[in-house]
Amino acid sequence: MTVSPAGSSVPRIEGPLKVSGIATYTSDFNFPGLLYAVPVCATIGSGTIAGLDTSVAGSMPGVQAVYHRANIGRIYRSAPDEGLGTHLDERRPPFEDDVIRYYGQYVAAAVADTYEQAIAAANAVKVTYDAKEPDVRDQLEPEGQPNLDGERGDPDAAFDSAPVKIDQTYSTPVETHNPIELHASVAVWDGQDFTLYETTQGVVNHRDVAAEMLGVPKERVRVISRFLGSGFGGKLFPWPHSFIAAAAARDLNRPVKLVVSRDMMFQNVGHRPRTQQRIRLGAGSDGKLVALMHDSLNHTSILDDYQENCSEATPYSYSTPNFRATSGLARRNVGTPTSMRGPGAVPGLYALESAMDELAIALGIDPVELRLRNEPNKDEGLDLPFSSRHLVECLAVGAKRFGWSGRDPRVGSMRKNGLILGWGVAGCSWIAERFAAQVAVDLRDDGSARVATATQDIGTGTYTVLANVVSEKTGIPANKIEVVLGDTNLPPGPISGGSMVTASVIPAVSQAIESAQQRILMAAIETEGTPFYGLEADALAFSGGIVHRKNEGPERGMAFEKILAKAKARSTSGLGKAEATFGSEDRKFSQHSFGAQFAEVTWQPEIARLRVSRVVTVIDAGRIINPKPARNQIEGSVVMGVGMALLEATEYDARFGAPINNNLADYMVATNADAPQIEVTFLDYPDRVLNDMGARGVGEIGLAGIAAAITAAVYHATGVRVRNLPVRLEELLA
Amino acid sequence: MEMFAFSEAAGVEDAIRAGAESGTAQQGARVRFVAGGTTLLDLMKLDVERPLAVVDINGLPLDTVTKLTDGRLKIGALVRNSDLAYHPDVRSNYAVLSQALLSGASAQLRNMATTGGNLLQRTRCMYFRNRALPCNKREPGSGCSAIEGENRSLAILGTSAHCIATNPSDMNVALTALGAVIQIEGTAGKREVPIEAFFFEPGDTPERENVLDPGDLVTSVTLPPPPQNCSQVYLKLRDRASYEFALASAAIVASVDNGTFSYIRVALGGVASKPWRSLEAEEQLYDQPVDEASFRRAADAALAGARPQSRNGFKIELAKRCIVHALGVATAS
Repeated sequence: MTVSPAGSSVPRIEGPLKVSGIATYTSDFNFPGLLYAVPVCATIGSGTIAGLDTSVAGSMPGVQAVYHRANIGRIYRSAPDEGLGTHLDERRPPFEDDVIRYYGQYVAAAVADTYEQAIAAANAVKVTYDAKEPDVRDQLEPEGQPNLDGERGDPDAAFDSAPVKIDQTYSTPVETHNPIELHASVAVWDGQDFTLYETTQGVVNHRDVAAEMLGVPKERVRVISRFLGSGFGGKLFPWPHSFIAAAAARDLNRPVKLVVSRDMMFQNVGHRPRTQQRIRLGAGSDGKLVALMHDSLNHTSILDDYQENCSEATPYSYSTPNFRATSGLARRNVGTPTSMRGPGAVPGLYALESAMDELAIALGIDPVELRLRNEPNKDEGLDLPFSSRHLVECLAVGAKRFGWSGRDPRVGSMRKNGLILGWGVAGCSWIAERFAAQVAVDLRDDGSARVATATQDIGTGTYTVLANVVSEKTGIPANKIEVVLGDTNLPPGPISGGSMVTASVIPAVSQAIESAQQRILMAAIETEGTPFYGLEADALAFSGGIVHRKNEGPERGMAFEKILAKAKARSTSGLGKAEATFGSEDRKFSQHSFGAQFAEVTWQPEIARLRVSRVVTVIDAGRIINPKPARNQIEGSVVMGVGMALLEATEYDARFGAPINNNLADYMVATNADAPQIEVTFLDYPDRVLNDMGARGVGEIGLAGIAAAITAAVYHATGVRVRNLPVRLEELLA
Repeated sequence: MEMFAFSEAAGVEDAIRAGAESGTAQQGARVRFVAGGTTLLDLMKLDVERPLAVVDINGLPLDTVTKLTDGRLKIGALVRNSDLAYHPDVRSNYAVLSQALLSGASAQLRNMATTGGNLLQRTRCMYFRNRALPCNKREPGSGCSAIEGENRSLAILGTSAHCIATNPSDMNVALTALGAVIQIEGTAGKREVPIEAFFFEPGDTPERENVLDPGDLVTSVTLPPPPQNCSQVYLKLRDRASYEFALASAAIVASVDNGTFSYIRVALGGVASKPWRSLEAEEQLYDQPVDEASFRRAADAALAGARPQSRNGFKIELAKRCIVHALGVATAS
């Protein structure tokens, strides 16, 4: 196998493990003496526990314990964090008090020898409640005064006097992440140390939180997440079930496995909150924005303040002298919301880009052209230049590939094979930042390399991308590079969130490789029998795995593994460390990725059948390290976007507070049959402000804008503007 | 899930003996037969079904499709949905059944699900499936949560003040249009029940869904000889393209002579408490010209008795469009 530099489509290096079933996902870990924990979930949405009777459950076959507030043992609160240091979204430890604040809240947990015994015992726990009427209303009103998130100019006056105005409110429903892999914890306690096998997108953060909540030093907790059956943000931060498993393992001195069931996935492990967003656009008759206001609300839980940050992308999307963004929270009897793929920007851009489409129609200007007319030459929110912004080119390339010039803007005017066509477009963007990262790289005497960091591959391709990066920088073929992730014993790596892992690890990998290579040069000059014995290290160079004199080519040099062998060293190890840019106050550039989404829907009014038939996506996300998984991320996002636009919504029963469609039949995600023809283009402009390779991440941007493009297409096909997602066929029946 | 005894039936009589131990063959049965298990095991995991004994009938010789000498087609209760859908006789003579089967569930589920099991498939009403919430079908007398709750997918025909659950089966709709007859063996011997008499509307006993008594085993379903020169269509309307129960569906079996309907059967799915034969629609079509106006009159007649709930009123218009379009497809030359 040859070198696999960045830009080459290396197939997933862990693929064979996954398709053969060898890959160990969290719930695949089993240990001698393993016990199974099954939580008991509240069957009211608000109130208090009046009585909890475990006498029957506790004496059932195989039952080892039934835990609740009185006997779970101490689980501390993790103190509030700054940024995303030691973070969890639902901060109340399980069973902390007798108050029920959302349907499904854990009130007890049965632990037994088998899973079936634990379920039977959990069902036999008798809980009585003093129930109150839960509040799960869809309509949101802010609690207190909304936050002012950004302002420039005088938006009210400019809007009032604008010749053309759009003033609309858009809402997005509760969306549940629904990765195929259920959340799970397998907790092992040896009397001193915890080893926690977790479905987590952040082993280091999970370790730090768990240490605080279990009341032990960090070095007493090891968290492992080798493979993840996806998370979509739902597994970024720890959830209460993890501490039930750990506390049970500590109390029983036996390993405990707890797998969250699919219905609990709708209650106990977060969701994208409901959002309600008022967008006001004022424009001149030339289409230039004179005012933009984005007032957003999202629901949160009774105890936690989860901000969806809907206006994240709004200040820099378009040029406008007058701008304001506000946000507010409305408390509901729901589990705590959390990040879901593209938090903030995804619902926010649905609203903003829908309003831009409405403005284009009001002005009689093509929606692509309207965006071009409002292209900013800097980030007007931060008053900083963009590190690299190519939205205009994304729109131009997308329009060409989609055939946008053939669009007839009249509603219902386009047809193909007897179906009415609708075409829509939207822009998209996502942050391009780095978290702090440390990476170790070993160069070994068999010509192989090992790269290790405590980040994790959540299914996005991090294993493979790291192999690409190391291959490019060392000249070692990807199949000779061992990538080790998902273990807090490794140098601390970033959470898999914000599409930042690739960008974050690259500088640390570079540094680690330089360090490991420098030690090989040292070995070369200090080892008799190498051609370089006795030279100065700075007279040598390292090219494509070959050590050679700087004044000679690598063809007269020696492979690094031979130098290691002559030095009788198995390997040299280098450690690289890179700082975070995320949250930095001191910045010279606005750093974002951009893109354009073009969508085609087909509409058959005679049978009320609406399908997304075609999507063209053009993404400007820096240099693409591995096009194969990168394309896979965008395609997956587009399919998820079909679900967001047309299908997905968690429905809460108003009387019981229960998320009632808590399964994969009644909560509809897009199926394969719903996936449109998808064409993805990457512009591939390196963004060297972010790292030396110019690479950003692509895990989230593909979901931004797609719902707005689809709903714009639905309007074009049907004449119905749906401002409350998802689009239901009953809204199109009239 | 509760602890239960598991046994394999040695023969039909053995199964009947075991089933007869149950106090009822309806909701709350203490003994359940398991074939494909795609409904039963699901409901057992949800604690909605809590049998003390589960009797595996997969070993019984009920898994063949046979052409009878009188021209009828006999489908064993254990014939898998996928085998039935792709059976040559079914594809050529009972296309509506093949289409209906293939529009349902997923390939994996169809490979497991059986004819008898699909016939007895339970409602997808979300309140029926949540043991913590009131449901008259699951806990008689506890109340219907769906009437004032999330009822978008539920029934508008054949409902009662006690239950608005939908029969979710696609296969049953096609069987109804084809005039299927159900063969049952029980403690009192064998009997045959036409599919229209097999299911009950909920009335004030929604827990009782069909004619089965303790010990009764559905052994086969027979289809009458296919009407001559008829065309058959199953049209299923839903939000997503696959893996969703019908919001509205129509099964049409029609013959046209000299531009008018000489034979017509119309059955609806996704909108009713049981697979719904619309005699009203058929009446509007017999001897009538094959045109849009006739289709519309039939659709209006079929939905005239609809009782919409808070979130499913759209099903009236959707079902009408479904009928009109299906009739159009069935009669397109």
